[in-house]
Amino acid sequence: MKARPHTDIELGLLLDAIFQKYHYDFRNYALASLKRRISSALIHFSCESISRLQERVLREPQLFNELLRFLTVQVSDLFRDPSYFRSLRDQVVPYLRTYPSLKVWVAGCATGEEAYSLAILLAEEGLLERSLIYATDINPDSLRTAEEGIYDVERFKRFSENYLLAGGRASLSNYYTARYSSAVFDRTLKKAILFSDHSLATDNAFAEIELASCRNVLIYFERELQDRAVGVLRDSLRRKGFLGLGLKETLRFSAHAAAFSEFVREDRIYQRV
Amino acid sequence: MLAGNVQAIVAGGSAGAIEALTSILPALPADFSIPIAITLHVHPNKPSHLAQVLGLHSALLVKEAEDKEPLVPCTVYLAPPNYHLLLEAHGYFSLSVDDPVLYSRPAIDVLFDSAADAFGPALVGLLLTGASEDGARGLARIQRAGGLTLVQSPITAAVPVMPEAALRLFSPDHVLPLDEIGPFLARLDQRLPRREDR
Repeated sequence: MKARPHTDIELGLLLDAIFQKYHYDFRNYALASLKRRISSALIHFSCESISRLQERVLREPQLFNELLRFLTVQVSDLFRDPSYFRSLRDQVVPYLRTYPSLKVWVAGCATGEEAYSLAILLAEEGLLERSLIYATDINPDSLRTAEEGIYDVERFKRFSENYLLAGGRASLSNYYTARYSSAVFDRTLKKAILFSDHSLATDNAFAEIELASCRNVLIYFERELQDRAVGVLRDSLRRKGFLGLGLKETLRFSAHAAAFSEFVREDRIYQRV
Repeated sequence: MLAGNVQAIVAGGSAGAIEALTSILPALPADFSIPIAITLHVHPNKPSHLAQVLGLHSALLVKEAEDKEPLVPCTVYLAPPNYHLLLEAHGYFSLSVDDPVLYSRPAIDVLFDSAADAFGPALVGLLLTGASEDGARGLARIQRAGGLTLVQSPITAAVPVMPEAALRLFSPDHVLPLDEIGPFLARLDQRLPRREDR
């Protein structure tokens, strides 16, 4: 039998150590991109080996918080992949309208861009007042940023283009106040979003969600963990509820493929059967 | 030196690489069994018709790779626009939206690094024409992991920046003119009967 490279052994030990000490479970993340991220972390923390990083992670909790940034953060855009949001607006919203109250879940919300995008969309469709958006992530720093809802105003040129391509009905500037180099989202949007800690790897289902959006999160998981996460999403959705994935994600290889039907194929919007 | 079976071929390129591939792929017969993964620098926000275009020039199935899709023989996989394409040790693909590398997503280095890790000596890496230095470091890493490395000769490259970056960094196993790359790849498949035997 071929011996495992020692770096693979070290990586496994690091992930075990993180799980035992901090209860974050990266053990079933897809290895290839995890290795790239760990390599960047080694350079950032000036560690000559993964073992050295492991030693420091165990002894320096503050370092772990920083490491979490390497392991998790996805910077997203407002209305990233505009066609996805256009399909939600044109094809999913008519169904959502029929419910007296709505629960929406953004799983893996990172710094909040997608949650605010959905809040704006629901506001324009007259649904925000009866909606509660749960936005969850495992990184407390990201959640804090998301909750503040303050973004670099430089990014809003692209955000505005996306917003219009996504079928926006007004002007994105209606929803934020620019101050110096920052833009702050309106209180009415923030009030509809509940940011909280949740892990698709270790936590359980929410109840009775009408729409779950979990985009570009599953790609970082191994197949078994993908199955667990999709199982949590399935159990959280009410019957006929909707699940949106990233544009290059698919349920085709999932153990739960039969629990969903394709609703808008090209935008990866599925419906729970 | 190439020992044993090649389990995968990875290739990368940017400017001029679509044309290069349209001359390379026709050399591979429909029963060419080694899966091929290709990262080209494509526009991040436009749907890509590359699979259809290259499919016209190949007897193999040409498709965009999907997340967690297993590699199967007789197939050419392309990195989707705006995602990095990575190879996992168990023989399937992963995608990522991590930061661009050398301004590119997909990046050739990301595919090559992950493939070197996953397949070691059972890998062949090929770097084509292009206008960036992406891919050079990844190809060197494939060589360090024991894989076979091929570079399109700069003189036959539409834009020589990419192959020249590799040649500056290390000595690849073969520097091939464009018209020899296809036949060279075809000979890698040991399961295929030699053409003169048919």
